[in-house]
Amino acid sequence: MEKRNFHITAETGIHARPATLLVQAASKYNADITLEYEGKSVNLKSIMGVMSLGVGANTDVTIAADGDDEKDAMEDVAKTMKEEGLSD
Amino acid sequence: MPSRVLNGIAASDGVAIAESYRLVDPDLSFKKVKITDVNAQATRLSAALVASKKDLAQIKEHAIQTMGEDEAAAFDAHLTILSDPEMIRQIVKQIRDQRVSAEEALTVVTDSYVKLFENMQDNLYMRERSTDIRDVTKRVLAHLLGVELPNPALIDHQVIVVAHDLTPSDTAQLDRHFVKGFITDVGGRTSHSAIMSRTLEIPAVVGTKRATELISDGQPLILDGLHGRAILQPTTEERQQYHDLATTYKTQKIEWQKLQNKPSLTKDGVHHILAANIGTPEDLAAVTENGAEGIGLFRSEFLYMNAQDWPTEDDQFAAYKKVVQGMPDKPVVVRTMDIGGDKGLPYLKLPKEMNPFMGYRAIRISLNRTDIFRTQLRALLRASHFGQLGIMFPMIATLAEFRSAKKIYQEERQALIDSGTPVGDPQLGIMVEVPAAAILADQFAKEVDFMSIGTNDLIGYSMAADRTNERVSYLYQPYNPAILRLIKHVIDACHHEGKLAAMCGEMAGDQIAVPILVGMGLDEFSMSATSILKTRSLFHRLDSTRMATLADKAIHASTNDEVIQLVDDFVF
Repeated sequence: MEKRNFHITAETGIHARPATLLVQAASKYNADITLEYEGKSVNLKSIMGVMSLGVGANTDVTIAADGDDEKDAMEDVAKTMKEEGLSD
Repeated sequence: MPSRVLNGIAASDGVAIAESYRLVDPDLSFKKVKITDVNAQATRLSAALVASKKDLAQIKEHAIQTMGEDEAAAFDAHLTILSDPEMIRQIVKQIRDQRVSAEEALTVVTDSYVKLFENMQDNLYMRERSTDIRDVTKRVLAHLLGVELPNPALIDHQVIVVAHDLTPSDTAQLDRHFVKGFITDVGGRTSHSAIMSRTLEIPAVVGTKRATELISDGQPLILDGLHGRAILQPTTEERQQYHDLATTYKTQKIEWQKLQNKPSLTKDGVHHILAANIGTPEDLAAVTENGAEGIGLFRSEFLYMNAQDWPTEDDQFAAYKKVVQGMPDKPVVVRTMDIGGDKGLPYLKLPKEMNPFMGYRAIRISLNRTDIFRTQLRALLRASHFGQLGIMFPMIATLAEFRSAKKIYQEERQALIDSGTPVGDPQLGIMVEVPAAAILADQFAKEVDFMSIGTNDLIGYSMAADRTNERVSYLYQPYNPAILRLIKHVIDACHHEGKLAAMCGEMAGDQIAVPILVGMGLDEFSMSATSILKTRSLFHRLDSTRMATLADKAIHASTNDEVIQLVDDFVF
């Protein structure tokens, strides 16, 4: 299992386009991927789940990937986080 | 016999004769039933999801071709919702646990999401997404019910689109080759459907109130965008008459097209600048095709209205730079944020006001929310390095407001220079739309670099009449000598101080007003790109000395109608 913490720096939190792109990135992999925020955990392949968390700016989230391609999945998700300016 | 003539607002020039195409949602209601075969319902759901995804992929493909990748990205959000594993699991669970139809389960689950997101008060994005969920649900539901959602992407013959209103996602699906015009129930000259039709150069009549009620699908229709009228079930004579009108209009357009690169001179060789009003960088193509000599009004609102949150400095900079670079060696005037009045922002929560047009709007917001204002000014200053940029403040009522805005501007400019960022030296002007500013134009002229008269609001405020209110719309009198005197006062005040006098309201392209404005010596006329060549052609017929006499007579006339008569005598 791959696990990584991210500090959300984007002024608007996990927002608009980035949320869709994160879900799209996660959906490419077999691994189960979760996003945890304030004690709640959702499926990162579910746009509804990600949106229902309402992740705000300047908060911490944990992403976990579990499955045969977990390493690649985590790399891809982290890359999207960075490219979309969500986290450093 | 019911009336066959439908009147509305002429939103875009041209004449079209074609069949109607109703872009109206079908009945999506269903009966709640207890089901026995849960697997059959789950299968129906999967099939409907697959069919919906196919629709959306097709629409997205179409949008990429017609509008570009960025616009099409909106449909990615829809596709992600359709593929949401959690949502689908919940719908199937609902079918199994509650023994309800796929229709009902879908509605229950998506409604719960819509409610959840709409209640997230502090998060605009979520609230916007509830609209996406509704759109997507509608499509899946239509497939489940076996009814057809209008799929304008599939239109394969010439049509006039009939709709209550058109949203950007509706127009994204339209094939420009087949859509010959728009007619809508609601909207005005600045609504999305109106602006879109002018960009596409097809006729549009908006605000007819009853188009969707009176026009059925596939009905023969004449659309007269020149006069804001539609004729249902036209007779042979009417067809002939409008066919002739369409031909005349086409011939005239070809004649006007020859003036694309000609100077904007009057018969006696006096030059006036003919500029264009634009709403987005995408409008640049039409600006060039119509031979504009500059951009007299770039409404920056689109940056704010098409966004889910305050646009960043970089996003704004990119848009401004694109426009400035698209107009090499030509002036581009950007109006700072003009939000408020009838233009709200979901992420700027404004309290409901009794009189929004007289309330918290435009520069009044900018001077209060200086954080937002400074971001916009920095983006503008950075873009000013790449061309001839002017900045215009909307709704200025007092000199104090202009001075405050200018002070903030100067602070931001200095800060950028200090940080080594290249900036230009933009001209600073005001939009004259508050009567108080027009009356005090002589004082303003000493401090501003230019003034641009926004006639739509200036007339509304001067006559104390809202022109969208039918009962008082007779008071929208652009040629009323009271209005003409205000305009003349502003032009004279500018010239006295050697400043440029411009106009960027509807009136600048109005064929009755233009001769008077030429007579008053207005320096710059800024209008919809599609009106430019028509106006240039009119210029060629006007003698400025004679028009000065006309202008003098007009301001001494006593009524709007008298002025129209005068112009008729002098020009036509």
